[in-house]
Amino acid sequence: MTARIERPLSPHLQTYRVTLTMALSIIHRATGVALYFGTLLLAWWLVAVATGPGAYSYVQAFTSSLIGKLIVFGYTWALLHHLVSGIRYFFWDLGYGFKANEREALTWGALIAGISLTLLVWIIAYAIGAGR
Amino acid sequence: MVEFALPKNSKITGGKTWPKPAGATATREFRVYRWNPDDGKNPSVDTYHVDINDCGPMVLDGLIWIKNHIDPTLTFRRSCREGVCGSCAMNIDGQNTLACTKSMHDVGSGGAVKVNPLPHQPVVKDLVPDLTNFYAQYASIEPWLQTTTPTPQKEWKQSHQDREKLDGLYECILCACCSTSCPSYWWNSDRFLGPAALLQATRWVKDSRDEATGERLDNLEDPFRLYRCHTIMNCAKACPKGLNPSEAIAELKLKMVERQV
Repeated sequence: MTARIERPLSPHLQTYRVTLTMALSIIHRATGVALYFGTLLLAWWLVAVATGPGAYSYVQAFTSSLIGKLIVFGYTWALLHHLVSGIRYFFWDLGYGFKANEREALTWGALIAGISLTLLVWIIAYAIGAGR
Repeated sequence: MVEFALPKNSKITGGKTWPKPAGATATREFRVYRWNPDDGKNPSVDTYHVDINDCGPMVLDGLIWIKNHIDPTLTFRRSCREGVCGSCAMNIDGQNTLACTKSMHDVGSGGAVKVNPLPHQPVVKDLVPDLTNFYAQYASIEPWLQTTTPTPQKEWKQSHQDREKLDGLYECILCACCSTSCPSYWWNSDRFLGPAALLQATRWVKDSRDEATGERLDNLEDPFRLYRCHTIMNCAKACPKGLNPSEAIAELKLKMVERQV
């Protein structure tokens, strides 16, 4: 009887060329995780609003700082990207958009739409004076 | 389980660069994954130079040329050399495909042709992966006609329209390019059936002659077996026969919903 051989595992992430749909799948998961933290941020904001001006001034100090702005901007993108990317998955779950060109167009579309909507929200926010 | 890094015994270390063939005017560099179960060392990547004026155009031609002219110990599976048998499935230039239908001039933009075994599989030797689990999963979807009505005197008949429903499914050659391209399959191949087995499951679910559709769907109704597919679509990009396993899986998921409403 031969001894059991410890076989190596062939390389996977180390060699596989990243595809667009693969990258966007990871980003969809990552933005989904980020939304949990964003929701905490939202909860903090709501609690502060309910508590009073003293508590709210802390939130305001945070959201008007550069780091705070970056985080809220990131949250806006995570939310909108996860939304449009999720709609893309709806198409696929309904059985549409599987041809190579449709698949790539939907995926590029989700990426571009997520970024564009985020910029739009922030432009509008600043335009109506909510960005201070 | 998700493990991004390779285990200790699987890390690639070093490798031999073989001398260029004497008298060759034009060569192409091949970097090939090597692992020998008998020497107790980690896998390595060897560098070879193929005389392209003495060699056919496909990656498989290059590998055979290396085996014949440089290093007879290089081990890989091949049989039909025309994309029908699925034996020479491997990872070429970062994508899973058949070495026999992939031109070496279409990969690596003139640089080295990088050849690895199918990803995230136990290696038997060099480019030969152990596909025992893959075949067991194929068997688990019971890929044969199942009926309860008495067997007809002649053949089971099928209309042309019903036959057409199997197009894009029956052509699968079980080369494992799709399943081993799928990150979900990398992390959960112990429980997720993978694109190839699920495409085959769809082929039998859609067969008008088959009478076990309900049981087949029951067998797949599982958070892992079917639903670990997250529509990453690497399978559809990898399939050397141009099939679309992700679409076949979407059809299965739809059938799961349809039978409940």
